[in-house]
Amino acid sequence: MKHLLSIDDLDRASLTALLDLSEQFVAVNQREIPKVPALRGKVVASLFYEESTRTRLSFETAAKRLSCDVMTFSVAQSSVKKGESLRDTVQTIAAMGIDAVVVRHPAAGAPYRIADWIDGSVVNAGDGRHAHPTQALLDALTLRRRREIAGLHVAIVGDVRHSRVARSNVKALHLLGADVTLVGPPTLLPESLEGWPVQVSHELDDVVSEVDVVMLLRMQFERQQEGLFPTLREYTARYGLTEARAERLKPDALVMHPGPMNRGVEVAAEVADGRASLVTEQVTNGVAVRMAVLYSLLGSGAPVA
Amino acid sequence: MSGDAAFRAGVFDAGDLRRAHTRIAHEIVERNRGAEGLVLVGLYTRGPAIARRLAAAIAQFEGVEVPVGALDVAFYRDDIALRPVTPLGATEVPVDIGDRVVVLVDDVLFTGRTVRAAMDALTELGRPQAVQLAVLIDRGHRELPIRPDYVGKNLPTRRGEDVRVRLAEVDGGDDSVELWEGAE
Repeated sequence: MKHLLSIDDLDRASLTALLDLSEQFVAVNQREIPKVPALRGKVVASLFYEESTRTRLSFETAAKRLSCDVMTFSVAQSSVKKGESLRDTVQTIAAMGIDAVVVRHPAAGAPYRIADWIDGSVVNAGDGRHAHPTQALLDALTLRRRREIAGLHVAIVGDVRHSRVARSNVKALHLLGADVTLVGPPTLLPESLEGWPVQVSHELDDVVSEVDVVMLLRMQFERQQEGLFPTLREYTARYGLTEARAERLKPDALVMHPGPMNRGVEVAAEVADGRASLVTEQVTNGVAVRMAVLYSLLGSGAPVA
Repeated sequence: MSGDAAFRAGVFDAGDLRRAHTRIAHEIVERNRGAEGLVLVGLYTRGPAIARRLAAAIAQFEGVEVPVGALDVAFYRDDIALRPVTPLGATEVPVDIGDRVVVLVDDVLFTGRTVRAAMDALTELGRPQAVQLAVLIDRGHRELPIRPDYVGKNLPTRRGEDVRVRLAEVDGGDDSVELWEGAE
């Protein structure tokens, strides 16, 4: 495997192998010195055309723990502000001699174009509404460390329409044998769900007591201005995981959120910090998963050959 | 198994292996004047099993339970860019190795690159008082200045030959060491 652009690049076996490798890095990260020399001399550039805290820091931490050198490219302080094109920017960075680019871009497909332009590996850290494969991998790892994923019933709740996290998670969870139900108002679900291996519900109340996992998506406030839902209060009333709703969850149900959270909107603060919440584990496991991805891409192809 | 692999010779049977383990266990205790302050650390895949056998032998004749650990060196290898290198198991060393004598244990010593990686991995766990090396088979062809302290058998080989070690608890079947022509 040279690039990781989408969960579509993986099959069940390679996805499982990547999660197994991630477990090794979970163990490395628990050591007193959480660093190995595996990718000494490799250079990873992070190229973020959208703001991000956890994903960028997570990738950079992962690269450093593998002993890579990391170049951080921040659009706000770059020649992009002077009007440099994506292609010129990427080729400039590539000319400095890099082994991998971690890219986030508002346009779906941008990482695919970059993969055509440079010799090194490309990791998609989120492109438009399209894909965010490492988020789906870290969610799968976090779930797998708690429960056997095959046969789990997972509800993905909220703004699925605009969510690359939802798209990548549907694919990964389906590959691993989970049943997925998308929950949200019709305006926030994709226009066509043809080919999606999912069920759909428009009421969180209808499914909350049946599911094993509730995966909440971030509500982006600008969606209200677009008229996709009336008010935040109404959204929370029907689709928020409030304390009252959380009480109806199965006793062993788990709650996940990719962050950043709007506490009090899609998830109540008490639920986000509660016993069922995996939010902190998701962040911790994110570093291990990204180490596994970089190791697989830059370390001659193991184990996802 | 590829078509051109051919059996050449039996090196050890189960009895030979048992005697080699017993002798190495005695030599370790003799060299270190007892078994206190030792820790046996096996390198995957078969090192941990050999280390457990050595510890069992030492417990029998010396009455000391020597702690046993396991080390995966995949992330410390120098050939990661040359071939797929996959971790084989979890690194678990149950005691603080600081101020202890660590005996690294492996089945076959060949180029010495695994042992070099193991020494790197070990230093991240602490600063041992000394590091020693025990192997069942030393087949020569070293590429690094590494020498074993305890050897089951020195076995002259050609590079293209393959030394195959089978241990009941890892590979199933009976214990054996065989020399084959061509890679597995």
